[in-house]
Amino acid sequence: MVEWTDFERDTIQDIFSKIDYDTVGPAALARCLVVYPWCQRYFGNFGNLYNAAAIKSNPMVAKHGTTILHGLDRAVKNMDDIKNTYAELSVLHSEKLHVDPDNFKLLTDCLTIVVAGQMGKDFTGEVQAAFQKFLAVVVSSLGRQYH
Amino acid sequence: MLTVYPQTKTYFSHWSDLSIGSGPVKAHGKKVMGGVADAVASIDDLTGGLQAKSELHAFKLRVDPANFKTLSHCINVVIANMFPKDFTPEAHVSFDKFLACVSLALSDKYR
Repeated sequence: MVEWTDFERDTIQDIFSKIDYDTVGPAALARCLVVYPWCQRYFGNFGNLYNAAAIKSNPMVAKHGTTILHGLDRAVKNMDDIKNTYAELSVLHSEKLHVDPDNFKLLTDCLTIVVAGQMGKDFTGEVQAAFQKFLAVVVSSLGRQYH
Repeated sequence: MLTVYPQTKTYFSHWSDLSIGSGPVKAHGKKVMGGVADAVASIDDLTGGLQAKSELHAFKLRVDPANFKTLSHCINVVIANMFPKDFTPEAHVSFDKFLACVSLALSDKYR
């Protein structure tokens, strides 16, 4: 079981209550597809991903980015059992989507950078540590059902 | 980096204070970024330009090269935090690519 300090719990709830899901989600996914272009392999049916401008204005990318961020809500609401919360999604990513779990970390790195850009001076080292710990638990849970 | 990835503190056990904003941390951070700036000047021959620094990290400091990636990520986060409008995805990919090349050049003398 993951141990969370009060500071970590408060920080996670605070961040997710402040961010605009419709901005942050699309920005994080678009950034991931630009900075780590090999991730585009999973989005063959998303249409035009030929350059950064196309990726940033692609409506399917935007929609999916928002979906992913809302998917994180489940972990935010169930911080004490993230592992089981994501068991089904882990099977989906492994069996159906065939996503290399290393990609989860790339996306969470981009999400961290987008949130850092949004929060300004509130994004201290301690806040970043709490946020990245939370995302690391999510990433680990999503990779758990792979075999 | 020292706060988010506490395992990196193992390289600085000789400092009295490893907290954010402490004297040793600020001074050393400035020194490291100076090194990155030097790399910018040698951008067309990073391996050559960073040879001395690579030897330092390989033989004297003995830093596990996996940590270069960790520090690169933290540099990206701080830059995004300080320059949110300028650190577009295009700027990010260019800078991340550069830091990856710097990390590779810095690892050159290890083995």
